[in-house]
Amino acid sequence: MLYFSKIKLFTIYLIIILLSFFAFLNFTEDSKNFFLSKKVNLGLDLQGGSYLLLEVDSKPVVQQNLQQKLLKFRKALKENNIKYQNLKLVNQSISFLIKDEDLKRFEQFFLDKDNLINTYYTQYRAYEMDYSIDNNLIKIEYSKFGLIEIKNSTLDQSLEIVRRRIDEVGTKEPTIIRRGSDRILIELPGLNDPNRIKKLLGKTANLSFRLVTEEETTFGSEVLFFENSSDQLNISKRVIVSGDNLINAKPTFDNQSNNAVVSFSFDRVGAKKFGRATTDNIGKRVAIILDNKIISAPVIHEPILGGNGQISGNFTFQSATDLALLLRSGALPAPLEIIEERTVGPDLGEDSIKAGSISLMIGFTLVILYMLYKYRQLGIIADLALIINLIILLGILTILEATLTLPGIAGIILTVGMAVDANVLIFERIKEEMKIQKSNIHAFDIGYKKAQSAILDANITTLISAAILFFLGSGPVKGFAVTLGIGIFTTLFSAYFFARHLCSIYVMSNKDRPINL
Amino acid sequence: MIFKITKQINFPQFYKKLNILSLLLIMLSLFIIIFKGLNFGVDFKGGTLIEARIENSNTSIVEIRKSLLRMNLGDVTVKNFGKQNDYLIKIELVKNDNSNFIKSINDKLSSDLGSAINFRRVENVGPKVSDELLKAGFLAVTLSLAAMLFYIWIRFEWQFSLAAIAALIHDVIITIGIFSFLSYEINLSIVAAVLTIVGYSMNDTVVIFDRIRENLRKYSKVSITEISNISTNETLSRTLITSVTTLLALLSIFIFGGAILKGFSFAMILGVIVGTYSSIFVATPILNYTNVNQKSVLKENSENN
Repeated sequence: MLYFSKIKLFTIYLIIILLSFFAFLNFTEDSKNFFLSKKVNLGLDLQGGSYLLLEVDSKPVVQQNLQQKLLKFRKALKENNIKYQNLKLVNQSISFLIKDEDLKRFEQFFLDKDNLINTYYTQYRAYEMDYSIDNNLIKIEYSKFGLIEIKNSTLDQSLEIVRRRIDEVGTKEPTIIRRGSDRILIELPGLNDPNRIKKLLGKTANLSFRLVTEEETTFGSEVLFFENSSDQLNISKRVIVSGDNLINAKPTFDNQSNNAVVSFSFDRVGAKKFGRATTDNIGKRVAIILDNKIISAPVIHEPILGGNGQISGNFTFQSATDLALLLRSGALPAPLEIIEERTVGPDLGEDSIKAGSISLMIGFTLVILYMLYKYRQLGIIADLALIINLIILLGILTILEATLTLPGIAGIILTVGMAVDANVLIFERIKEEMKIQKSNIHAFDIGYKKAQSAILDANITTLISAAILFFLGSGPVKGFAVTLGIGIFTTLFSAYFFARHLCSIYVMSNKDRPINL
Repeated sequence: MIFKITKQINFPQFYKKLNILSLLLIMLSLFIIIFKGLNFGVDFKGGTLIEARIENSNTSIVEIRKSLLRMNLGDVTVKNFGKQNDYLIKIELVKNDNSNFIKSINDKLSSDLGSAINFRRVENVGPKVSDELLKAGFLAVTLSLAAMLFYIWIRFEWQFSLAAIAALIHDVIITIGIFSFLSYEINLSIVAAVLTIVGYSMNDTVVIFDRIRENLRKYSKVSITEISNISTNETLSRTLITSVTTLLALLSIFIFGGAILKGFSFAMILGVIVGTYSSIFVATPILNYTNVNQKSVLKENSENN
């Protein structure tokens, strides 16, 4: 156990030098080079920032899709000469009555793999929709896979819109990723006040232009409230133009009143529709509606044909900016709900780094002094191994560009406390062997051999804990698992290669002298 | 050296008394956990946690609580946190439409107290997420116990595995019992601490077991009680030194690591003490009761080869 080949020694020290180099990079200026720019990332709890978990509610999307399906269905049934009764949408399903003789034809067209209504997914070998027949009543609803597809596309679209909105606000290096089937995880480092982003994400931003009406129209009407007051108006359900037709929106000041407004332009289709509607309805009021709240409802004085317009309301410049941003980035397919939020201010982060470093240094010093007291000369070896252990631990974290959190620092300190264990196990074993063995070299050699199995078992059990924490823990706790887990490997390396080499040098030069342990 | 003087301790003479004590402690802990309950933090209960720094130093907790109660936020707790002007506010209410929720609390608080208030940390956890986190935490602890059971069973024999797990469950229950008794908050980092305790306590036990197995192979005529006593003595010095260095590191976190790590390091300190105790006085005697003998480890040896 005490013999090292030259090539082994070379490899050991090369690894130590390389990892020390990476560890050192954390204390240098930023660099453009791919390798030189590596640094340990600070977690949100250390540098400050916001963590948000959003959940997408896809139910309204399912309802909306079914509504469209209903229209297509009516058409398809007619085309296939199937007589139906009582076609309606209840509880996320379409139902209708048909006669016995039509049943077969319905199934034929509904299960045709190329039909245009009920898509067949070859990858799942399943249809988009399921149907059930109960006494001539046919009930159609989305199948498991149909719902998965809807959830997926809703989440993808939402992700895209969320990304656009956050990019427009311009925070540094946001992380936006999907989590599971209906969640979006957002990390915004360095953001002190997430209020604005939360507000922006809380809005679906469904914009529509609709006429204010008194009489009942064929499309029906509904009563909506103004955004900033309890006033209400009767609004036609017919949408003249929606936010989909918007190509640009920006905050400006109105020339006459000098109030903040949002000016916008429609695409060609939107401009045409809006032009026609304003030509036909001079003197009436057109309401601008965002998420079912009326922003304003100006009177149409003249046809607006150019496709450009202004939205005025009680805006400050900030709120006009935000509305323009929302309109530019588009509407979310479904409402988002913030189900978890964790925000840490930058000053608390700084305090945590300070407290973490101080406790690391003190813990480190105490352990070093204790080992010196316990083992004297061999204590020096254990302490050197501890120092090397810390350096290469930092080096590996740097190469992985791992995220260091406050619990992560605790993990490092704990590693310091537990790292000496490997050497303690070995030294204690050597101590026992010294009583039996005749030569020091023998005692060291057998001590190392016999300690092996205990060291392995002891470290694997800790590694199991760290692995479970890593896979089941979230955020900062994950950071703890990472440092604790990597700490085990660096501990084994420093004890079994570095410290063992120092020990072999030590025992070779003290071959015949009694060693006091 | 200190430990040389006390080298030969006759451990079995303490087993009976200490095992009764352990059993009593476990029952007491379970009793407290069941009837007093656990003080779950927002991670597991849902709600809002705010770490606030009040710039005006003359504010009292009573004033902050009064101001918060006026906002109708449900159950509110306020306590000092770390420095004198830092407070930890826990609000039971979970607002769905929360984009303005935090800001309005800050506005009202600062106007009521007549001082600028810095919300240094805000955690807002919805009921769905807190349910999931609680389940994941419970799963993690159960899973880690199962993984340890399995690992020891593979590496040793079922007798060792049984004894080690009994000691782990002992440690976990007593640590959580103490948290319940002191009404300390249980949050994500406490679960992390409990998992680390499981690893640490196992670590301690495994070293003693490793030596017992080695000695079992060596001596065929000696009783298991005698062998485990010898083994405990032989590894005692290591057990104590490692516990001391780990405790030194943990004490340093507890004292200097700031208020956020207090609960975590406290749980770990408890765990290391209880874990060290249980390796010697719970795991080892239970192993003795299982009547493990040379045959069982030799059989295992031939299987491995």
